[in-house]
Amino acid sequence: MNFYAVAAIYKFEMARTYRTLGQSIASPVLSTVLYFVVFGSAIGSRISDIDGINYGAFIVPGLIMLTVLAQSVSNASFGIYFPRFAGTIYEVLSAPMSFIEIVMGYVGAAASKSIIIGLIILATASFFVPLEIRHPVWMITFLVLTSVTFSLLGFIIGIWADGFEKLQLIPLLVITPLAFLGGSFYSINMLPPIWQKISLANPVVYLISGFRWSFFEQSDVRLSVSIGMVLFFLVAGFALTAWIFKTGYRLRN
Amino acid sequence: MVNTETKTAISIKGLEKVYPDGFRALHPTHLDIRSGEIFALLGPNGAGKTTLINAVCGIVNVTAGDIEVYGNNITTQYRKARSCIGLVPQELTTDAFETVWNTVSFSRGLFGKPANAGFIETTLKRLSLWDKKDQQIRMLSGGMKRRVMIAKALSHEPQILFLDEPTAGVDVELRKSMWDQVHELRSMGVTIILTTHYIEEAEEMADRVGVINKGELMLVEDKKTLMKKLGKKELVFDLHQPLTDEHEELTAMKVHSAADGLQLIYTYDTLKENNGVADVLDCLNRLHIRYRDLSTRQTSLEEIFVSLVNKK
Repeated sequence: MNFYAVAAIYKFEMARTYRTLGQSIASPVLSTVLYFVVFGSAIGSRISDIDGINYGAFIVPGLIMLTVLAQSVSNASFGIYFPRFAGTIYEVLSAPMSFIEIVMGYVGAAASKSIIIGLIILATASFFVPLEIRHPVWMITFLVLTSVTFSLLGFIIGIWADGFEKLQLIPLLVITPLAFLGGSFYSINMLPPIWQKISLANPVVYLISGFRWSFFEQSDVRLSVSIGMVLFFLVAGFALTAWIFKTGYRLRN
Repeated sequence: MVNTETKTAISIKGLEKVYPDGFRALHPTHLDIRSGEIFALLGPNGAGKTTLINAVCGIVNVTAGDIEVYGNNITTQYRKARSCIGLVPQELTTDAFETVWNTVSFSRGLFGKPANAGFIETTLKRLSLWDKKDQQIRMLSGGMKRRVMIAKALSHEPQILFLDEPTAGVDVELRKSMWDQVHELRSMGVTIILTTHYIEEAEEMADRVGVINKGELMLVEDKKTLMKKLGKKELVFDLHQPLTDEHEELTAMKVHSAADGLQLIYTYDTLKENNGVADVLDCLNRLHIRYRDLSTRQTSLEEIFVSLVNKK
């Protein structure tokens, strides 16, 4: 294992975050604070509790997930796309690294950023609503698995994209709608039965449900199903990445 | 550890590259690069020079063929093979917002080497980059960026260095200084493969020359042998008086006049036993054509290159 190489990529990617601290950290935190002010305090105060949970507290896991999904995809896709765009990718491709090491460097850094942002949002939320995390280990597990899985998806998008427009296409047209419709601001049990069934086709439902369970022991789907789905997406993303490096798709052709 | 005692640094057998759009960038190519030599790969734009380099470095997948670097297959033993190689690409592709120190340290890490501030300091000093170490790369001149690329390629102490058009777009002074650095690297035992448009660069530096055109490696030859084998020499007579009349004897010997009749030039083959020089001198004496000086000039590598490429 070429640990020095993994560390080099990881440190390089994290350094980019520190250089653009305002954009990387402050911006998602600010937008989340706005969500809390609008949905938590202004509108939330007029909405009744959901499953016995204060609405302001209920949306915390969903809001964290919303940001973590978007940040994971955006950080990882930009992280690999930019060297491709600038041409500096030659160095990574010619280095004595396996694809797993390359993925560990880029995806690890993107996931780390998302986890940090998720935790900052959690800390910020605690200033607005009373929060209790019933299962902190599961909360961290879901946060890490989701960050890694969606960073892997972002990494794939960054390799697939052949322009900055395409880089934005999937996050804007797919990830954001799925995150909004995945139960960030509501429980899918509140939907009419037909929409409940349709919602189950949305993978984000399982992530938010499992994550919310770790906070309140309340979930839309069973915990085991949530974990199974996250692991399934993780394995699928990893398999697709392995194929990309095996064939050289958009990298070595 | 890689055994660099082997005489062959890189062995290429039947290497072929066909791009997905069907473009054949490399026809089956065989080439051995000797350890410790400077090998110049000459060829016009689009000849396949960069594709060949990229294939050895693992940047493009090959369609067919085998490549070994110090006996290590670049596919099955890619860690050992790639760790021997440093690459300076043609394009100045750098991370504009990184400092010189960080980008060189990053390259060293990528190749699996632990941080070594002393070695990076020496490398930067040798390339006259030490006083720029904390500057962002975007603030540097083109020549300085080129040096940063070289520093990055040398950061992991490679035994083989690829220089893809190393002096493209740099001024004459910097070019000469880079040539000195290349010679210095060779004296340290680094095998150097360079591609270039500048024939004088190959003439100045290379031990052996390969000529590639349209994806085909047309020849590989020791530079001196090549120039001897394919080179012609010109014998130039500077005359006292301009030659106004045409002499049939001189025409028959393929001696032609130049510089408004003030020069006579005889081109001959250096490898021929009877190259005709003595006959030309006799003839000039017989015709009482007086000359104040005579000189010889060897055909340059550029002329050889152009003639080879045109023949194709």
